[in-house]
Amino acid sequence: MIRFEAVTATYPDAAEPALRDVDLDIAAGQLCLVVGSTGSGKSTLLKCVNGLMPHFTGGTLRGRVTVGGRDTRTHRPRELADVVGYVGQDPVAGFVTDTVEDELAYGMESLGVAPATMRRRVEETLDLLGLADVRNRPLLTLSAGQQQRVAIGSVLVMHPQVLVLDEPTSALDPPAAEEVLAALTRLVHDLGVTVLVAEHRLERVVQYADAVVHVPGRGAPVEVGLPADVMQTSPVAPPVVRLGRARGWAPLPLSVRDARTAATSLRTALAGVAPPEPPPVAAAGRVVVTARKLTVDYDGAVALRAVDLTVRTGEIVAVMGRNGAGKSSLLSTFAGLRAPASGTVDVDGAEPWKLPAPEAVRRVGLIPQEPGDLLWADTVARECADAGNAAELLRTLAGPVDMDLHPRDLSEGQRLALALAVVLSAAPPVLLLDEPTRGLDYEAKERLVTMLRDLAGEDRAIVFATHDVELVAEVATRVVVLADGDVVSDGPAATVVTDSPAFAPQVAKILAPQRFLTVAAVEAALARMPA
Amino acid sequence: MRGTTRLPRPLHPVAWWLWASGLAVAAGATSNPVLLVALIVVAGAVVGARRPVTPWASSYGAFLRVALVVLAIRVVLYVFVGDAGGSHVLVRLPRLPLPADWGVRVGGAITEEGLVTSLEDGLRLATVLVCIGAANSLASPARLLKVMPGALYEVGVAVGVAVSFAPQAVASLGRVRRARRLRGRRDRGLAALRGMAVPVLEGALERSVDLAAAMDVRGFGRTGDVRAATRRLAAALTLAGVVAVCAGSYGLLTSGAPFLLGAPLAVGGSAVAVAGFATGSRVSRRTRYRPDPWAVPEWSVAASGAVVAAAFLVASHAGLAGMDAASNPTAVPDVPLLALLATAVALLPAVAAPPLRLYRSVASVTA
Repeated sequence: MIRFEAVTATYPDAAEPALRDVDLDIAAGQLCLVVGSTGSGKSTLLKCVNGLMPHFTGGTLRGRVTVGGRDTRTHRPRELADVVGYVGQDPVAGFVTDTVEDELAYGMESLGVAPATMRRRVEETLDLLGLADVRNRPLLTLSAGQQQRVAIGSVLVMHPQVLVLDEPTSALDPPAAEEVLAALTRLVHDLGVTVLVAEHRLERVVQYADAVVHVPGRGAPVEVGLPADVMQTSPVAPPVVRLGRARGWAPLPLSVRDARTAATSLRTALAGVAPPEPPPVAAAGRVVVTARKLTVDYDGAVALRAVDLTVRTGEIVAVMGRNGAGKSSLLSTFAGLRAPASGTVDVDGAEPWKLPAPEAVRRVGLIPQEPGDLLWADTVARECADAGNAAELLRTLAGPVDMDLHPRDLSEGQRLALALAVVLSAAPPVLLLDEPTRGLDYEAKERLVTMLRDLAGEDRAIVFATHDVELVAEVATRVVVLADGDVVSDGPAATVVTDSPAFAPQVAKILAPQRFLTVAAVEAALARMPA
Repeated sequence: MRGTTRLPRPLHPVAWWLWASGLAVAAGATSNPVLLVALIVVAGAVVGARRPVTPWASSYGAFLRVALVVLAIRVVLYVFVGDAGGSHVLVRLPRLPLPADWGVRVGGAITEEGLVTSLEDGLRLATVLVCIGAANSLASPARLLKVMPGALYEVGVAVGVAVSFAPQAVASLGRVRRARRLRGRRDRGLAALRGMAVPVLEGALERSVDLAAAMDVRGFGRTGDVRAATRRLAAALTLAGVVAVCAGSYGLLTSGAPFLLGAPLAVGGSAVAVAGFATGSRVSRRTRYRPDPWAVPEWSVAASGAVVAAAFLVASHAGLAGMDAASNPTAVPDVPLLALLATAVALLPAVAAPPLRLYRSVASVTA
């Protein structure tokens, strides 16, 4: 269905090709997962499929890409629109119209589909993706999960034979991600659609894949194979695979269900062993954030409802909850971007929203969901100089970084580190991060975990909002779960995440009722055991 | 007439814009404040009754504010530099001595007559703005663009992208201001503005490029097997025709315009435009999803706008007492019965337009 023949793709002004000599043949009706670290060329590979590379991105493409027999050299994306449906990383950037129904119909209007057929397909797609009760709503008022499903639906109605999705679940909470993946598997099974999906959060997708394409980057050859085979050696791997590899399970389990079967003896072995204690920092620090009866609303829609919360230095607090539960509102109120409707918020001895900006940043720093929003200079060096002593901080956080690069050209992880360095140059005792792992690969995530632990050790409180249960398992000392603006649970990370299946990390699910959260914790416990 | 046309559905956007243009033309034909206020009230009542629940619909408030500002500017301009006619002097400001042949006054006497005239003038402009605002909130320009005939589709898209640039820039400004605050910079003042302009424009431009890519991916601009020359002919015919119709209507409405600029141009233009539409719809491969029907409610809404415009124009040309009320400001102006009745007819859409679809409550939280 999709065939790459000796494809080498080079962006304009790039010294190295983003993809080198890729040969690939994806059969019809497969769900094919593309894995690799950030910057390895996953997105480029996807963009080659419908000709966005090179027709829209510029640059040169050697070799040949054919989809359903059509060559992308002679067919621009619009001429492939009836064969390939493409959904980019940011669904909102791909919206063309204002409301759900119009967005679904847009592509069919371009293809000249007969009105009666159009109407029928829109209705079918609304049902297939569970969007029927928001059909008239303006797109910008939808939750992130609904927006993602509209974006998928808008290409699905054209009945493409191939669906290409770039990180379809990265912005979604675990239940919404499940919904999207369920819809995708239904397409593959019921309609025979070929799906090509790139994703960093393998723990969510790998068990549904029929094939895995591993893009190692740096010109190394692309590896294609069955999921279990590729995962044996892949440097990017979800916790279930890492546990399986560490314990030598064969065949390698890809889903929690398979791993539970393989882990029967491990569970027995760990039955009497206490999981490692969380680092005992929580009680020692001083209180730096106090919210009392904090209520926030947007033109009548309540985002937070009488929330009480205190945070001490040394704590790393994860704020979880579904899309639209009030996580971002909580962080932006702490950062002084928003005034509470009622109640008080006190950060390091002052109400942040009353402070002038130069005062506020010395008390609290916020890294927004898109760290690039904070950066405005045209080189890393100038960005650091603009923020004072950030260059040195950046080196501590991220190691050596090419100071002459444009911040846009950094990897996601480096850009996050740069934004952190810029914010930390004002030395705030409170650091807030909104969805810090969006777009980060496992390696970058590990570095982030180390960074956060070090920062919390320096008499600082960290609060981050996330959907990433694995990150929470790794680094959080405490978890606050928000739902519809209320705090529904607040306690030590280990207790909160193992209490609810939606927020439990894979290792906890595999080893329940034993309370282990990470592969590292299991390994440590086994190492302490007499052999 | 209780057929399917009365079921909840949005009214055809063209009907709303015709109705609003009727009100605006009527406002242009009078300076009687009583009639102008009546027109504003009618527009407001219809908006209140039939405004859809969309983000765009809230633009009505913005138009009202702009209208107030226009009114205020008109009066302030008069007070300081306007033409000071009339004899009832209210107050005498210190006057800047300027040569008489400049024809400009700065300061000096403020007369009751002058003040009332400027108020009426400002009110007329404000009323026209309120009418446009009403059309905007009842049927967004985006919906209006969608009904563009096939031959003009590409022009419509260009206008659509241009129109979406402004909200994109506003959203981009919000992000940049937040970023400045998070980095401890001031987000107000002239210096801040200079620092923000470039990122804001960059962000909005990036979004426009994204939009172009998104449209291409979804098949926009597929040409299929239609010859390029045919497409160009259709677009040229339609465009020329529409321009001719616009110029022709200007000629018709303006007294003293040459005869040829009036009816002949308008009729000839319509013919050319129709030929263009016909060619265009034959070559266009696009289809339309759930087009708005044009039925009895559309006819009655458009007709009510036409009635108002016609009544005001007739009354104005016939020189009915009270259409121009500025002659004696101290007296309450006469109100011509014909115009008042016509204004009442303009209220018809509040009932004649089909009721709105029931939307579920729209949460505005996306942060």
